Amino acid sequence: MTAAAAPAPPLTRTAPSGFGGATHDLVTMTRRSLLRILRNPSMTVLLVGTPVVLLLLFVYVFGGAFGAGVAPGITPGAAGREVYLDYITPAVLILTAASIAQATAIGVAMDMTGGIVTRLRTMPVASVAVHGGHVVGAVVQTLLATAVVLGVAVLLGYRPGANLLGWLGLAGVFSLVALTLTWLSVAMGAAAPSVETASNTPMILMLLPFFGSGFVPVETMPTAVRVFAEHQPFTPIIEVVRGLLAGTTVPTTTAWTALAWCVGLTVLGWLWARASYRKPRVTR
Amino acid sequence: MPTTPAPAIEVAGLHKRYGDQTVLDALDLTVPVGTVTALLGPNGAGKTTTVSILSTLIPADGGTARVLGHDVAREPQAVRRLIGVTGQLSAVDPLLTTVENLRLMADLLHLPRLEGRRRVTDLLERFGLTDAARKQGQQLSGGMQRKLDLAMTLVGGPQVVFLDEPTTGLDPRARRDLWDQVRTLVAGGTSVLLTTQYMEEADQLADHVAVLHEGRLVAHDTPTGLKATHDAGSLDDVFLALTDPDRAGSARAGHDSTEVA
Repeated sequence: MTAAAAPAPPLTRTAPSGFGGATHDLVTMTRRSLLRILRNPSMTVLLVGTPVVLLLLFVYVFGGAFGAGVAPGITPGAAGREVYLDYITPAVLILTAASIAQATAIGVAMDMTGGIVTRLRTMPVASVAVHGGHVVGAVVQTLLATAVVLGVAVLLGYRPGANLLGWLGLAGVFSLVALTLTWLSVAMGAAAPSVETASNTPMILMLLPFFGSGFVPVETMPTAVRVFAEHQPFTPIIEVVRGLLAGTTVPTTTAWTALAWCVGLTVLGWLWARASYRKPRVTR
Repeated sequence: MPTTPAPAIEVAGLHKRYGDQTVLDALDLTVPVGTVTALLGPNGAGKTTTVSILSTLIPADGGTARVLGHDVAREPQAVRRLIGVTGQLSAVDPLLTTVENLRLMADLLHLPRLEGRRRVTDLLERFGLTDAARKQGQQLSGGMQRKLDLAMTLVGGPQVVFLDEPTTGLDPRARRDLWDQVRTLVAGGTSVLLTTQYMEEADQLADHVAVLHEGRLVAHDTPTGLKATHDAGSLDDVFLALTDPDRAGSARAGHDSTEVA
């Protein structure tokens, strides 16, 4: 080529840097994430379907017997099922959020191991936006999915006792829980060496609620399991959801403990995801 | 402003190790503005590593690398504003349509809305993707995906473009299409660093050919010059002569031929 060929003039970029630029990028990446959710409806059906199937299984197969175990004086059978539906609905809603978090980890791992994140890392894109888009998309997805699962519980006979303030509180709690679980799972997805690993690691988020107060009272567990169950993050979170849904008061300590877990784990997930984003992957 | 404009790419004494394996060993390379340099070498010679360092993906262990005068280690954001990278793995989102993939780039580059739209329409036309505009990435053929990948790289009008094995796996027609796109790009003044395993590609596109072997530059010349120096009929023969495993020890002697350039 001759030296006469001058480079094309660079395109004008509005290029807000700093906070404005990062927000712009986050909005762009969130739009992408929501588009991807819309383009893959079978995934959403699966994500909502899993907790619904668990709900049906626990109520109609185990519920008759388990119900008598969670409330004294209840006879096994129909009365047991009714009590048990009340008891496990909060935990099934939390499972819905965990199930969406798991799917998000897979999406993040596909971005990371394919060429998409590599491309984004060579562009002047705010790094928080790349994973943040997945997170905000997942929070929106979680709020809609939990509403659907709650609707199914209502169809089965569940009657929430929350007032307007309680519902607002629940929306807030679920946003925060979704934020926590997705930042954790995004970090797991970003750190995973392969998409397969990314689909396995967040399984822990689906299993942990079972080792807590979600499905049976912790008092019925052997000491070692009970101590773990009482002190793991899902127990206070489920108790807050249970209280808000029922319209009863939530003990202040439980509320603060749940909040502390959420904030702490969100920060942990965010820092871990951020560290993985710029970590060089060996390609030659 | 410096009196002499900075070269598109200027690499001096670049070192890179992975564990105890040296991948780049004192690499020097200059790509003048508005030219194409093809980086050749056997698998594992350090081609992708070089592109990764220059495109701010990984840090070097030693030496300097500059893009249009900006140090990649100290001013990565400035470098990112000037470059476009088409890596070996597709950066096309399989669930988004062709148009949405291109617009995603325009939005992330903060192009004003109208200018972004115009730019996307231009690129669709230029790359023959208009009919596929509403198709999802996963519905495109390999050749079309690759074209879209390159089109996405060009949304921001980068001044320096890195193409890491851009035509691997493409059929001859798709390959030729892509070559035409690169020629158009360079005619517009863009500088290109290209890695490839296809000697014909280097012969067709490159103003300069740099041959890497075991992390060192063993030759740097015009395609014609290389063939003349090595008394070879094709770049294939030059490549085989320069990267013969039995000649590994003489890599340093071959290094002298860089002076020819």
